[in-house]
Amino acid sequence: MTSLLTHNGILSPRRVTAVPLGLIASVATVVLFAIAVASPGLIATHGPFALHLQESLHAPSLTYWFGTDESGRDLYSRVVYGTSQSLLIGLGATGVSLSLAVLLGSIAALSNRFAAGVVNRVIEVLFSFPTLLLALLLVAILGPSILTQIFAVGIGTAPGYARIIRGQILSAKNSGYVEAAISLGHSRPRILRQHIIPNALRPLVAIIALSVGQSIVWASSLSFLGLGVAPPSPEWGALLDSGRAYITQAWWLTVIPGLVIVALALAATTLGKYIQKALERGER
Amino acid sequence: MSAPSAQSLGAAPRSGARLARLAGGKLVNAVVVLLGAATTAFVAQASLPGDRATVILNIRAGQAIRRTAAELAQINAEYGLNHPLIVQYFDYIRGLVTGNLGVSYQQYRPVAQIIAEQMGPTIVLSLTAIALSWVIMILWVTLTAGRSARVSALGSVVDTTAAGLPQYWLGIILLLVFALGLGWFPVISGNSIAGLLLPALTLAIPLAGFMGQATRAEFENSLEQPFVISARMRGMGDFEVRLRHVLRHSILPAVTLSGWGLGATLSGAVVVETVFSRSGIGQVLVTAVNSQDLPVVTGIVILIATLYVVANVLVDIAYVLIDPRLKAQ
Repeated sequence: MTSLLTHNGILSPRRVTAVPLGLIASVATVVLFAIAVASPGLIATHGPFALHLQESLHAPSLTYWFGTDESGRDLYSRVVYGTSQSLLIGLGATGVSLSLAVLLGSIAALSNRFAAGVVNRVIEVLFSFPTLLLALLLVAILGPSILTQIFAVGIGTAPGYARIIRGQILSAKNSGYVEAAISLGHSRPRILRQHIIPNALRPLVAIIALSVGQSIVWASSLSFLGLGVAPPSPEWGALLDSGRAYITQAWWLTVIPGLVIVALALAATTLGKYIQKALERGER
Repeated sequence: MSAPSAQSLGAAPRSGARLARLAGGKLVNAVVVLLGAATTAFVAQASLPGDRATVILNIRAGQAIRRTAAELAQINAEYGLNHPLIVQYFDYIRGLVTGNLGVSYQQYRPVAQIIAEQMGPTIVLSLTAIALSWVIMILWVTLTAGRSARVSALGSVVDTTAAGLPQYWLGIILLLVFALGLGWFPVISGNSIAGLLLPALTLAIPLAGFMGQATRAEFENSLEQPFVISARMRGMGDFEVRLRHVLRHSILPAVTLSGWGLGATLSGAVVVETVFSRSGIGQVLVTAVNSQDLPVVTGIVILIATLYVVANVLVDIAYVLIDPRLKAQ
């Protein structure tokens, strides 16, 4: 939609110079969620666990913006209060995932042939498990909890990122500037520090943004299956899980928390892609 | 799955031996990945916290109580838990080769039997979803790629959005609109054909988005190639050029993604079968994860990893069929 709304052939002949409306929307979304984390009381209209038993399963209205659940709790306020936990899981999983990915990716690209061969195999084996499957395997071993969810999603998404990082390091390692540095007689640590690390890790900023969005989606999938944070927690996936029982009577209990997750994931992805493009432009 | 390179064009004629070596390499690779998957599965089972015999008994009974030595001895004998881990490992691998996936902690039955009973509907769902995603992707990309700036931009935004949609949410929306709202499809899809479409669409739409993203870039690239100009000069219509020439040159990334898509749709079935109350291995898996019935969980994990490996071998073959230049590589 971005370019669709802002692209103007006369004023901005090059698409990159158009005002990125998507970027503004994404930043606004992220800021909104940041407020919900920092001080949920500021934007919530009710308490997250406040019961209004007479008003159960109310459709969205001016009093209850997102409607109410089976106990008359205000869904909007619950979504606001659930933000911190959902984001915590997303950020935690991203931390686990990218640490693992950088570790595996750099061993695969930089160490001696034997170690690289072994780690490459490990990456390929883990990559042959779909993300959700790997996450479910971990939940089966550790039992559902918030910590399990962070590690399950983090480990589940790590192989894909490890492959990306391995590729980044390899292309830096085989580049002209590294060859030049070698022929100038620079030491290995110096080449690593000055050339390979900065060039290989720069895309990481974009990957972090993409990964947070994806992690939140995967984590909420686990909660949705009843294998993550359990209701009555207002964590977004848990909201979905408890709303599922009322799908025939109260669509808002599943549709709205899902929409919130999609909005955040899309905002994170858009930001990530924008950063990626900006980095690519900088390189040229 | 190496990408075609320019050097391959002028390769040596002795392509038969090369092809055999290539296939051999792929086969070794596949076996290593499978062995790795099996090892992961074994480690997962062995790392269940606590004494395994006690855990198995507790899972069976559904309650955690202290067990007598006699009870534990029986379980230890039944699952071979008295042997050293390395012996257990080789027993496990030997079992896998002969199709023995172990015995469920909870249902007292062989895992292979449990999976075999439930696999059919899930495979059907998965393959239908992949077929649908191809139809959606080809239609959408052919219609929108390389058109005016607005249409192209719309096309790619839709791709990105579709790729990012969580399956549970998409499923819920489709269920609410088409089953509960319009009543076109059954709400509880069971295993009927009419009930297959919405679950398959739920899996197909995000996959089509992923494939669309990869195809669109190649498609727009191919549209500017000389062979397109030459086809147009011969008087070929725009739509025919797109379908007959450009598409063939741009679908390789989507073929690769289909191999990955098989794994993705099979694991996505876990979510979709829950949303649409369909039976299948997804449902079995959720129940098994919930009760920590690890032989069932690892059995399904190994099955899906195996299918993924097989799919990737098929993808490699499809590559050569679509792009004959690769034969020489």
